Amino acid sequence: MTLDPSVRDAVLAAVPSLRAFAISLCGNVDRADDLVQETLLRALANIDSFEPGSNMPAWLFTILRNLFRSEYRKRRREVEDADGTYAQSLKSQPEQSGHVEFQEFRAALGKLPPDQREALILVGASGFSYEEAAEICGCAVGTIKSRVNRARARLADMLSIESMEDFGPDVATRAILSGTTSR
Amino acid sequence: MDTPSSPPASASPRAQGRLGRDVQAKIGNQLRAIYDDVVQEGVPDRFVELLKRLDKKDEKGSDS
Repeated sequence: MTLDPSVRDAVLAAVPSLRAFAISLCGNVDRADDLVQETLLRALANIDSFEPGSNMPAWLFTILRNLFRSEYRKRRREVEDADGTYAQSLKSQPEQSGHVEFQEFRAALGKLPPDQREALILVGASGFSYEEAAEICGCAVGTIKSRVNRARARLADMLSIESMEDFGPDVATRAILSGTTSR
Repeated sequence: MDTPSSPPASASPRAQGRLGRDVQAKIGNQLRAIYDDVVQEGVPDRFVELLKRLDKKDEKGSDS
């Protein structure tokens, strides 16, 4: 079996987005790239089950997600706090995207339950429709919608709490001291 | 595993209400910024090589 050039191109074209998704799932670039590699191996071994003309990115994302899920479950049995590990690994690479703003955002993203995080990323960043995201995650469209909503609400909550702490009492105190009553 | 250690909702004025448009936009923008940072790195050589290798290997016979 030789790889059809158009199939190979379609697979390669999906790699950048697959990596971004993988990094957002595992919070670690090296692990993410291993996951992408595993995904490509799995995909090409099963390329016959890919229907020509159907959605290649969605197919690859599904494979990657399933691989991650089975690995995650395994790791969860080995390591107690999989979520804590994720948050830590995020914090350990602050230089990935310079801005402090992004570090806070990443940390908040890392605290989301995995279900909510992946739904938010598929819809909000990867650009999949709710229907496609539902197919990738093997759940109902309504489930994706509610996960995305809960993810947004929770992020907004975490980020606003953090920014309130940042400006917190000092701003209020200064406002009172300077007699500002505009807000 | 729904709410492992989330602070009381009353801690935030936004917790109960709907999200403001500015908050939604900010979340969307940051999410895409982080994501696109990676997308813009393109396809690492590692994966181009992998596909080439697999292609050749497949000609000789699969060992998956």
